[in-house]
Order: sequence, then C-alpha cells, then structure tokens
Amino acid sequence: MMAALTSAGPRLFDFDDYGRLLSLVSSSLWAAAALGVVGGLVGVFVASRDQAFAVHGISELSFAGAAAALLLGVNVIVGSMVGSLLAAMVIGLLGTRARERNSIIGVLMPFGLGLGVLFLSLYPGRSANKFGLLTGQVVAVDEPQLAAMLSLSAVVVVALAIIWRPLQFASVDPAGAAARGVPVRALSLVFMVVLGLAVALAVQVVGALLVLSLLITPAAAATRVSASPVWVPVISVVLALTAALGGILLALGATVPISPYVTTVSFTLYLLAVLVGRVRRRRGWTRRPVAAHG
Amino acid sequence: MTPGPVLSLVGASLSFGDHRVWSGLDLTVAPGEFVAVLGPNGSGKTSLVRTVLGQQPLTDGHVEVLGRPPRRGSRHIGYVPQQRLVDPSIPVRARDLVRAGIDGHRWGLPLPGRRLREQVDGLLASVGASAYADVPVGLLSGGEQQRVRIAQAVATDPALLLCDEPLLSLDMASQQEVVAEVHSRTEAGTAVLFVTHEVNPVLDVVDRVVYLGHGAHRVGTPDDVLTSESLTALYGAPVDVLRSHGRVLITATGWEGHHAHDHEDDER
Repeated sequence: MMAALTSAGPRLFDFDDYGRLLSLVSSSLWAAAALGVVGGLVGVFVASRDQAFAVHGISELSFAGAAAALLLGVNVIVGSMVGSLLAAMVIGLLGTRARERNSIIGVLMPFGLGLGVLFLSLYPGRSANKFGLLTGQVVAVDEPQLAAMLSLSAVVVVALAIIWRPLQFASVDPAGAAARGVPVRALSLVFMVVLGLAVALAVQVVGALLVLSLLITPAAAATRVSASPVWVPVISVVLALTAALGGILLALGATVPISPYVTTVSFTLYLLAVLVGRVRRRRGWTRRPVAAHG
Repeated sequence: MTPGPVLSLVGASLSFGDHRVWSGLDLTVAPGEFVAVLGPNGSGKTSLVRTVLGQQPLTDGHVEVLGRPPRRGSRHIGYVPQQRLVDPSIPVRARDLVRAGIDGHRWGLPLPGRRLREQVDGLLASVGASAYADVPVGLLSGGEQQRVRIAQAVATDPALLLCDEPLLSLDMASQQEVVAEVHSRTEAGTAVLFVTHEVNPVLDVVDRVVYLGHGAHRVGTPDDVLTSESLTALYGAPVDVLRSHGRVLITATGWEGHHAHDHEDDER
C-alpha cells in the first residue's frame, strides 16, 4: 500500500532524507508553531462568538489580496493582510447582528474568491505559487517572511491578552457586559481586526481554503471537552500546534501540498475530542453533589 | 443604608422620532422597594431599563440613580438581562459568568485568585447554585441559568437590581423561585425594578407597579393600577381586569394583549 502510494504520481509519504529535509524547513516549522499559538487562541473567541463563517469569508478576501500582490509583484503577506483586514472591517462595521453579518459574509465570499481567481489567471508566473495560496505551501517561508509572520503573531497575541477578559465577557454575555460598561461594539471591531491578522497569517501556511482547520477546529474541539476559561485556550493551542507542526512534518516528503495533512490531523483530533466530550456529558459533566456545597 | 431614593425619574419622556414611547413619567424608588414594570410589547419597558443603565438618553426630563445621572457600567446597578438560553457549546461555566460580574469589565487576562474564587463561591451559594458551579451554562435549565445571572448581577452588592423579563420561557415553579430569589434581595435594602409582561408571578411581592402603554402610564399599588377603570383609561379602549384566587387576568377586545411573540419590539 505504501509502495503504491509512493511509487507513481504524487507521493503522499516519503521519509528518505528526512533529516536533510527537516533542516530545510525549519523556518516553516517556526511559522507553523506561531500559527498554532495564534490559531488556538483566536479560535477560542471564534467559537464563543460563533464567527466561524466570518473566518471563512475573511480568508477568501485574504486570498484575493495575496493573489493581487502576486500579480503586482509586491509582498504577498502584505497583500493577504490588506485583503483580510478590509474584509474584517466590512464585516465588523456592517454586520452588528448575527443574521446581518452572515449575509454580508455570504456576499463578500464569492466576490473575494472570484477576484482571487481573476488575479491568478492573469499572473504569468509559476502555477505552484498560485495553487499554494489556496492550499498552503510547506517550504515557501523564507527568512524575512518568517520575521514578518513572527512579529504579526506577537501583535495578535499581545492584543488578545489585553482585551481577553472584557472580550470574553462580551462574547458570552453581551447584555450583561454592556450593563457593566464593557465597550461591546468597540471590542467586537478590535476582535475583527485581530481575526483579520490571524487569518492573513494562516493563509501563508495552510492556504485560504483551509484556514478553518487551524482557526476553528482546535478551539471547537477544546470546547467539547472543557468549559474552563483556562483549559479551553490551553487545549486549543496544544491541538492547533499538533495539527500545524504534525501536518508539516508529515508533509515533508510529499509532493502534494501541506494542507491535507494539517486538516487530517486537525479533524482526527476533533473526532477524539467529540468522543471524550460525549463521555463527559453522559457522566453529567461534573458530578453534582446532593448537598448544597461540594 | 442609602439615604434618599435609589432611583428617581422626574417628567421623564422618551421618543423615537415621532413615536412617543412614554412621557411625563414620575417615579421614585426607595431602598428595599420592589417595583414591577408592566405593559404590552413595544410599550418601552426595555427602553426604561436602558435609560436607567445609562444606555438610552431621555428626550426630556431627568433620571437619577442614587442622586446622580446614570452612567454606563455603574457598580450600583445589578442587571439581569432577558432570559436567553446560552448555547451549550459556548465555553462558559456558571462560576465564570458570576466572576464576570465582579471583574469582567477590566482589561487583561482573567487570572485565577483564591479570594476571587471564594467570593464567587459565596455568590453562587447565596442563590443556591453551588451544585452546578462548574457546569457549562448552556447545559443548565432556564431557572438555573437565571439564578446564576442573579448571582452575577448582585456581585457588586448593588443598590438597584434591574431585571428585564427574567421570567421569559420559564415554567411556573422556576418563575416562583426566581421571583423569590430576587425578592429576598430587598431585605438587605436592595431596590428592585422588575420588568415583566406577566404580573401574576410577582403579585405577592410587588410594592408598586408601573404600567406602560400607548404613550401613557400608571404608577401605583397593584390594587390601584390593575383595575378595569384605570387600564381602560390608560388604553383608551375597554379593558377588563378580573381577579380570581389571588391572580389577575387582564383581557381586552381589539388589543393583542400580553402575549404577543415578538420581544424584539421592546428593543427599539
């Protein structure tokens, strides 16, 4: 079976010369690690704010931005950032209610994808570059790109740390938070910007189509097994790191893109979390003591 | 405790464009008083709550909380929002929701602390919610969720407890428990402004009612306000108030009554 997979056509697994390959992709691994932390943390709020669809919409615009940058010959990261920030601002400013927001995203998404396809078809360069924007590229991260991605990740993590507590309050209990003086609407906009940055980052590694696997799946899995404000982000980050790094390590010897490996690891972890969550729920989540205090 | 009224409205009026929600509303709520705000949907009950929270400026008149204009995020006001079931997948436990009432508005990370934990445990115990302190809120029953919300609302030991339709979609036993829980707060001098479109669950504990409707209003004891004459005058259409076994039944012809389904109307 392995032989059949490795002998002809695209190779799914090939671990010859693994050590040599590993040294070649060390910057990709760092980028993936940064993305794991960012995706895991941002995902917690994507889950509690029910904004998975927004992630998808932003990633399509991010793809369009990256494709435009490729065509114009400017920095692809800058292009994808401009695209995703624009999308995030439009969604954040126009869609205050969930239903409104979803229809705006539904309108933006095909537009972004269409623009991206247009730019790519106009682009005269190598087709692997084009494909990589949609489905991820494992060895494409060079030193200056890595530096940009790491600093972008740091910005996202620091921003999240500052707004964490009020954002959490506003996400799970917007009315209560507003009554306590939390600037719910402003926080929502700030979060959209943070989300836009995180998506731009993820597009570089896993591609526009599969951003969801690092920004949504790990946190969704974490909420299946815990509701603790400490454990959910920790589990989410661990799962996202496992998916991102594990995906790259598995993809090293392959000629197919990185994303199927990342998504498969991510999905498998999610299934495991669902199983664990089922057991936990069947047992009643926490044992409720009969006496008033436990 | 607190000298002077907890809440006072003087000639308070609110209009949205041409639409006059209420006008000339005078109301003074003393410490420990339980006041119910009644009226059909769209009569401005939620707008009144938003006014007291400092989220909705008046068109005319004055409003003061503890002698000062209301400001957003006041620790003197506890707020129990409209009953809305939290989705079970949202990662928030009962104790997290209560903790948010203490320090959820502050910047930074929600670092754990022993004193904070004890405070949260105490609040949960005070509403009889200790047993499900660590359960995700979405897995709790409607009545349990409201207990947790009350614990959150009283976290700052407020002078005024604002409850906006806390009984929606609760069964009768839970309604009674929630009302009893809120009422128990008045013993310590907390004033309660309780918005509901069902008067019966609060009839035994309420001191006065504010009845809003059709741009006009009535303020007084239930016996004064909930009469056929008073409500007929308020609505300008025949309204019958029937009393039986300590319950009040309000009926009217040509008027939708208390059970219209669109609560969004109130949020204008």
